[in-house]
Amino acid sequence: MTGNHQTLALLLFSAFVAVTLGITTWVSRERRGSAEEFYAGGRLFTPMENGFAIAGDYMSAASFLGISGLIALFGYDGLLYSVGFLVAWLVVLFLVAELVRNCGRFTLADVVAARMTERPVRIAAGTSSVTVSVLYLVAQMVGAGSLVALLLGKTGEAAQAWTVIGVGALMVIYVSWGGMRATTWIQIVKAVLLLGGTVTLTVLVLVRFHGDVDRLLLTAAERSGHGAAFLAPGLKYGGDWTARCDFMSLGLALVLGTAGLPHILSRFYTVPTARAARRSVVWSIGLIGGFYLMTIVLGFGAAAIVGSDAVRRSNAAGNTAVPLLALDLGGGADSTGGTVLFAIVAAVAFATILAVVAGITLASSASVAHDLYASLRRKHAAARSEVAVARIAAVGIGAIAIGLGLLARDLNVAFLVGLAFAVAASANLPVLLYSLFWRGFTTRGAVWAVYGGLVPALVLVLLSPVVSGSPQSLFPDVDFQFFPLQNPGLVSIPLGFLAGWLGTVTSTEVADEAKHAETEVRSLTGAGAA
Amino acid sequence: MGASGDVRYEDPWYDALASGWGESGSLSTPVVEVPTARREREDGAVAAAQVYLEVQRSAAFQEVRGRYRRFVVPATVGFFLWYVGYVVTATTAPDFMARPVAGAVNVALLAGLGQFLSTFLLTWAYARHARLRRDRAALEVRWDTQELTREARGGGGAW
Repeated sequence: MTGNHQTLALLLFSAFVAVTLGITTWVSRERRGSAEEFYAGGRLFTPMENGFAIAGDYMSAASFLGISGLIALFGYDGLLYSVGFLVAWLVVLFLVAELVRNCGRFTLADVVAARMTERPVRIAAGTSSVTVSVLYLVAQMVGAGSLVALLLGKTGEAAQAWTVIGVGALMVIYVSWGGMRATTWIQIVKAVLLLGGTVTLTVLVLVRFHGDVDRLLLTAAERSGHGAAFLAPGLKYGGDWTARCDFMSLGLALVLGTAGLPHILSRFYTVPTARAARRSVVWSIGLIGGFYLMTIVLGFGAAAIVGSDAVRRSNAAGNTAVPLLALDLGGGADSTGGTVLFAIVAAVAFATILAVVAGITLASSASVAHDLYASLRRKHAAARSEVAVARIAAVGIGAIAIGLGLLARDLNVAFLVGLAFAVAASANLPVLLYSLFWRGFTTRGAVWAVYGGLVPALVLVLLSPVVSGSPQSLFPDVDFQFFPLQNPGLVSIPLGFLAGWLGTVTSTEVADEAKHAETEVRSLTGAGAA
Repeated sequence: MGASGDVRYEDPWYDALASGWGESGSLSTPVVEVPTARREREDGAVAAAQVYLEVQRSAAFQEVRGRYRRFVVPATVGFFLWYVGYVVTATTAPDFMARPVAGAVNVALLAGLGQFLSTFLLTWAYARHARLRRDRAALEVRWDTQELTREARGGGGAW
C-alpha cells in the first residue's frame, strides 16, 4: 500500500474523531450528571433519530467488512448472516421493543427484576449483559485491527496493536464524557456516513456491470473458482453434518440474539414512549434491510471484481474485501480515484467501529453500575454516585476489550459477532421473554434461565474448535476440543429456555400475581412508564 | 426540547429498584409527606398493586391484550417457521436450493430475497395494526390506570 492511502485515510479518520469529540463536548456542556441523562440521553430523541442510531449501533464493522468478506469468499453461505441479522428485528419489533420500553428504565435487568426478588436477578442479568457486551466488543476491536493491518501492510503489527488501544481509549472518552446523548449522536453521524459509503460503492459496482445483476452474479461465480456452487448454499457449511449443524446453530443464534443485545435494548429507553420505540424500530428495519441488501451486492461484487483469491491473500478471513473492492472501483491501486475511495471506506469503517464500540461500552457500563454495583456493594460502603461508577466501569471494560481484541485478531469479525449473538440469545432472551409473557415465572426460574444459558454457551465455546484443537484456533498448540460446533446456539439457546422453565417449576415460591398483573398492564399500555 | 415532556409521578415500581438511591435527577421530585401518614401510604401501595390486578381483569385491557396477541402470535410463528424452514432447507437440500430459476438466479437467492421481502411486509403490517387497532385503546387504559393508581394512593402522588 502506498503512503497516499495512509495519509488520506488517517486525515479523514482524524476529521471524524474531531467531529465526534466536538459533538461529545457540545452535548455534554449542560450535563447534569443524572442517571436519566447518562444512560438514556434524557429520553427525548425522536423516532427517526433513534432509528438511525439503532441502525448505527447494529451495522457494525462485522456487517460492513465481515459479511461482505464472507460472501466474497464463500458466496451464498455468507448471505445467511444478512438474512439472519435482518429477520431478527421482527423478534425485536413484535415481542421486545415496546414492552421493554414500557416497563424498564435503563437495562434488561430492570424488566426482569420488577417481578422478582431483586438482588439475585439483577446480578444474573447484569453479569450476562456484561459478558455479551465484552464478546461483541472484541469483535469490533478485531475489525479495527485488521483494517489497520491492511492499511499499513506487513509492517503494521505494532500499529495494529496501537490502533486497538487507541480505539479503546477514544471510546472511553466518548462514553464517560458524553453518556448516551453523545453516543447517540455519534451513532447517527456514523450511520449516515456508513450508508453513504455503502450506497456509493453499490452504485459503482452496479455501474461496472451496467446494472446487469445477472452478469454480476455469473462473473462472481466464475472468478471465485467454484462456478455455480458459489451461488448456492454449501461452500462453507456444506459437507459433513457437523458443518451443517453449525450453520443451523448460527442461523438460530442470529435470529434470536438481537433481542438480547444489551446495547440494542438500552436504545429503546432514549425515546419518550413505546410508540416512539416502535417507530424507531420501523425506521431501523428499513435502514438495516437496505444496508444488508447492499452488502450482498458488495460481497458478490468483491468476488467478481477483486476475485476471491486476492481477497483471501489479503486477509484469510475475508475482512478486507470491501476496502480492496473500493480500491479497484476507484481505478486501481495507483490511481487517485482508487486512493480516495479506499481512504473513504477505511475511514468509514473506522468510524463504524468507534461508534459501535462506544454504544456497547455505554450499555455494559450501565449494567455494571446500575445492576451489579447497586446490588453487590456492601451496605455500609459509601454510596458512590451511580454515574461515577458507570464512568469507571467504562474504563475497565475498555481495558478488557483491548486485551481480548489483541488476542483474537485473526478470527473473522462476522463469526465473532455470531458468538456474541449466541450468548445473548441463550442468556438474555429466555429470561426476558419469560418475564414479559409467563404468569408463573419465579425468581429461581429467572436466575436459572440466565445462568442456564450463559454457562453452557461459554463452556461450549471454550470446548469448541474456535479455542483449541485446529490450526485456526486461538490456541492451535493445545487440544481440549470436545464440542464439534463453532457456534453453541443450537444447544445453549434451548438450554436457556429449559433452565428457566425447570427453575420455575421446581421453585417453592409462588409467582406474585399482582406483580405479574403490573408487568402485563404496564408493558402493553405504558401506564407508569419512565 | 425540555424535560417537561416527561410525566413523572411517584410509583412503587421504582421504589423497589436497587438504584433508587443516588442521583435520579428530575425523577427525585420530593413527595411532601406528613410524618404520621406513613402507614397510610403503605396501605396506598397495596391498594395501588390491587389496581393493576383490577385493570388486568378489565374488559378494556383484555381487548388491548387480545388484539396484540392475535396479531403477534400468528405473525411470530409464521416468520419463525419460514426462517427456520429456509435455514434447514439450505443445509439439508442444497441441490434443491441450487436449482436455477432464471439466468444466474436460483431458488436459494429467491428464498433469501423472499426473507427480506417478508420482513419488510410484516414490519409494515405490524406498525399499521398497532397504530390503527391498539394505540388508542392502550392509551385510554393507560390514563385510567394512572388515575386509579393515584386515587389508590390517596391522591398523594407527585404529579
